[in-house]
Parts: sequence; C-alpha cells; structure tokens
Amino acid sequence: MPHMHIKKQFIPWLLLAPSLIYLLIFMGLPIIGTAKLAFESDEGWLGNFKILFSSKDFQNALWNTLLLAVIVIPIQLVLSIFLAILVNKKFKGHQTLLYIIASPLALSDITAALMSYSIFAPNGYLNRILLSINWIERPIYFFGYMFKSKEMLVIILTEVWRATPLVFVMILAGLQSINKEYIEAAEVFGFSSWQRLWKITLPLLKPSILSALLIRTLFAFQLFGVVWLLAGRDIKVLAGETYYWYVFMNNKNVASVYALIIALLTFVVGWFYIKTIRSEHLEEGAR
Amino acid sequence: MMKIMYPLLFVLIALFFLGPTVLAFIASMTPASEFYDYSHIFPSRLTLEHINKLLFTLGGFKALLVSIEVALISIAIAFALGIPAGYALARYAFRGKNAVTLAMLFTRSLPLIVVSVSLVTVYLRFNLADTAIGVALAHAAMILPFVVIITSSIFSSVFIEYEEAGMVFGLTRFGAFIRISLPLALPGLAASAIYGFIMSWNEAFAASILSIQNRTLPAHILATAMASPDYFKYAMATVMAVPALIFIFIIRKYLISIWGISLK
Repeated sequence: MPHMHIKKQFIPWLLLAPSLIYLLIFMGLPIIGTAKLAFESDEGWLGNFKILFSSKDFQNALWNTLLLAVIVIPIQLVLSIFLAILVNKKFKGHQTLLYIIASPLALSDITAALMSYSIFAPNGYLNRILLSINWIERPIYFFGYMFKSKEMLVIILTEVWRATPLVFVMILAGLQSINKEYIEAAEVFGFSSWQRLWKITLPLLKPSILSALLIRTLFAFQLFGVVWLLAGRDIKVLAGETYYWYVFMNNKNVASVYALIIALLTFVVGWFYIKTIRSEHLEEGAR
Repeated sequence: MMKIMYPLLFVLIALFFLGPTVLAFIASMTPASEFYDYSHIFPSRLTLEHINKLLFTLGGFKALLVSIEVALISIAIAFALGIPAGYALARYAFRGKNAVTLAMLFTRSLPLIVVSVSLVTVYLRFNLADTAIGVALAHAAMILPFVVIITSSIFSSVFIEYEEAGMVFGLTRFGAFIRISLPLALPGLAASAIYGFIMSWNEAFAASILSIQNRTLPAHILATAMASPDYFKYAMATVMAVPALIFIFIIRKYLISIWGISLK
C-alpha cells in the first residue's frame, strides 16, 4: 500500500518538526544573525575585524583560551582515568565517592568561581591557614593585574576542580561498558596490573577518552564565568571579550565577531566530534 | 597497606571535590566582624545574616524568583517540543533519522554565547528584551536538544511490546503512548526535567545579555559580585549552590545514565 508507506514516513517528521523549527529559529537563524552583525560596519564589511586585529586583545584572548584548554584538559583526563579506575574497583563506599566527585557538576561556573575565591582571597582560607601555622607573615595576593600568573594558577585549579567530574563521568561510563572477560583473560596470562592498564584497559577506553577530549575542548571555548569573576579582563578569553564588547563597550558588532569565532571553533571541533560518534554508531550497528 | 589506602584516598578525594563548596558555605555564614580577623581559621559562630541581606535587602530574592520562572518556562517549552521528537527517534525507522540525531548532538554542543547578542537585536523588535520569557526562550533552545536525546533513549528502554499489547486491546497509538509508555517513562522524564532546570538555573551568559532589569540570579551575581563585600560573594555562591545540589542529590540514581546518554 503506497499510501500507508507515505503516511508512515510522514509521522516521525511531524513529531520532529516542532523541535527542528524551534532550533532553527533560536539557534540556526541567530547564528546567521551573528555573522551578519560581525560583517556590518561603517568602514566596509571587514571593519569590525580590523578593530579586532588592530589590538593585542584578540590575540591574547585566543591564546589564553587555547592555553587554558591545553593545560587543563590533560590534567583532567589523567585525574579522571585514575578516579574512574578507583571508583570502578567497587570498594566499600565507592558509590558515595562517585556522588562526591560528581557534586561540582551541579555548580554554575560563577558559583565555582566564588567558591574558589573563598579559598584564595587575601582573607581566604589558604592565607588563614598559612598565617596560622606561621608559614607566611602577610597574606599572599592571588588576584589583581600585578599577579596575572597567580590568577592563571587559580583559574586552572578551579577549572580542574569544577570540570574534571564531567570527564570522569564519561570515562567511568566507558570503563563500565568494558567486558570484564578481557581483563580476566589478561590476569590469566599473567599481566601485571600496570600492563593490564596500558595493554587492555586504556586501548578499550580509547573511544570514551576521545569523545571526552572533544567535549571538553568544545566547552573550553565557552570558558567565561570562572575567568570573568576571578580575573576580569586581566586574563582575556574569547567568551569574556564577547561579553565585554557587548556589555561595556556597547558594540554588538565587535562582540559578534568574537561570538562568530567561538562558533567557528565549535564547528571545527564539533565536526570531529560528530565524526567519532558516527563511527561509534556504525560499530554498534555492526555488532 | 592496601587496607588504609582506600580510606586515605577516599578522604583526600572527598576533601578536594567537596572542600571548596563546604568552605564557601562556612564563609557565607561567617560574621562580618570575623572576616578580617586572621587569628583563627574557622568562625566562632555561624550566622544567616549575609544570606538574609542578600535575598531580602539586595534584590536577591526577586532575581531568584525570575530564575525559577525562567527555568520553569524553559523546561516546559523544551519538554513539550522535545518529547514527541524523542518518541519519533525511538519508535520510528525513517530516512534521515541518523542525520537528525547527529544534528541534535551537534546543537547540544553549541553554546548560547554565539547567539545571545544576535538574539537581543531580534528581541528588541518583538518586545522580548529584558523579559523572563525572552531568557526562557533562549534557555529552551539550550535544553531542547538534550531533552530530545534523553527522551529518545528513555522511550527506547520502554518495551515497544507493551505498547503493541495495548493496541491489540483496542488502544490507538496515541492512547498507548499516553496510557502505557508515558507512565513507564515518567521517573526518567522527571529526572531529566530536574536536570534541565539546573541547566537553566546555572546559565549566566545569555541571561546577562538578554536582560537588564529582570535579571536571573546568576546574571544578577555576574553584574554585582565583584563590587560586593566578600561575605556577600559567598552568600551568593551558597544561594546558587544549595538548590542545585539538593536537586542533583534527588536525581542521583539517574545522573550517570543522563550524562552517559547526553554527553556520549
């Protein structure tokens, strides 16, 4: 019955249409709008880009965004693999530990920044502890234009604390889906626990590690709240400059150039991400 | 040696991941007079004075209400649109299905940062700028792909045989969905809704760009935190964190599968 066939093909699209149209209106078209704003200027269609490239701010923001990603992500990955293997040992209390590690995932980036500030502020806990054991004589300053490298350190620590749980959860899910028989077989063949990690567990975890890396890289381009509250514009990042140019300079065009660059970076990494996910889908289908 | 290793690691890891939260809570309840007194690390007594002042004198409570309003509207939109889409992906085989799934995963990774400024220009035309609805519409776009991915996985886990049995006994496809699949999927849907609520509750960038007067709590904090005395900063952190942590704790049994599915 050709009529039935057409109807059957039609129903799922009817159910999907509201979502697809909504996303088109509130994501798709606004991205085109961002591009339009970015190229809209009194001084020719590249006018805003000229403003951007004429100051060191853009280079700085791009550099800092990438630098923070390159420093933070490997730390998170190693820490997450360690934590996931530990939690997966299923010792007494492993479930509680899982919830404890996951708890920062409930926190907003700005909440995390303020919490971190309670530790590193001039009158914060770190200074209080160091003063009380007479390690230092006067408080160490972590914040301010003069102390950029210390600000950077605090941002890195905060990001490791706040966003490691995300990587951890993805690695743990991957770890739990590994067939135990592989590990047991390795034990039978007399592999040491170190060999089992390098020869069996990590290779099998590769797909999870890859998607965790890509997701984290995507999120790295969105880095905003932690940096903005802890360092302001002492440490410029792409999303922070978008905010600055719109809110403080009242220039939606230059803000849009920054937003467009974040979008482009997201497209590039997102494309790799979709490709890896698709190959995983195919593997699942073949099984 | 191994016997003490696990408890030791447990304590160290717990201190690292819970420490900042607990310390900020204590800081938010430290009396103002003890803030610059370095003679002891922890306060001699705790007070709710700062949190009260933040909420009831400094406009925090109003912002909190806006936040709740925005979050409720955005999850209502996202679920009303997302459930049928998720159901379609779970129950029908059709050409282009993979492309839709991948498009959802891709949209999921697009931050609101890239659309916020351009949305303002549209909002100004439709009188949506500086309204809770305007922020909620943007947040719904952030939550929707997540809802589609999650609900499709939830409906896939509800056996299609149950629905078919219902249809054998005279229910329509829609009736079978309402009477059989939806109730079975409800706990998972509720957990995802709470998660969606937290996504909106925590979002600061778009909320700050899209509103000036009717700010959500994170937007209010972003605008005022650094100019506020330290104890208000920590009070802000506490007011933001406590509801989110409670909600996350309520849905803890579902969290791993929610993340497992939506992050992939």
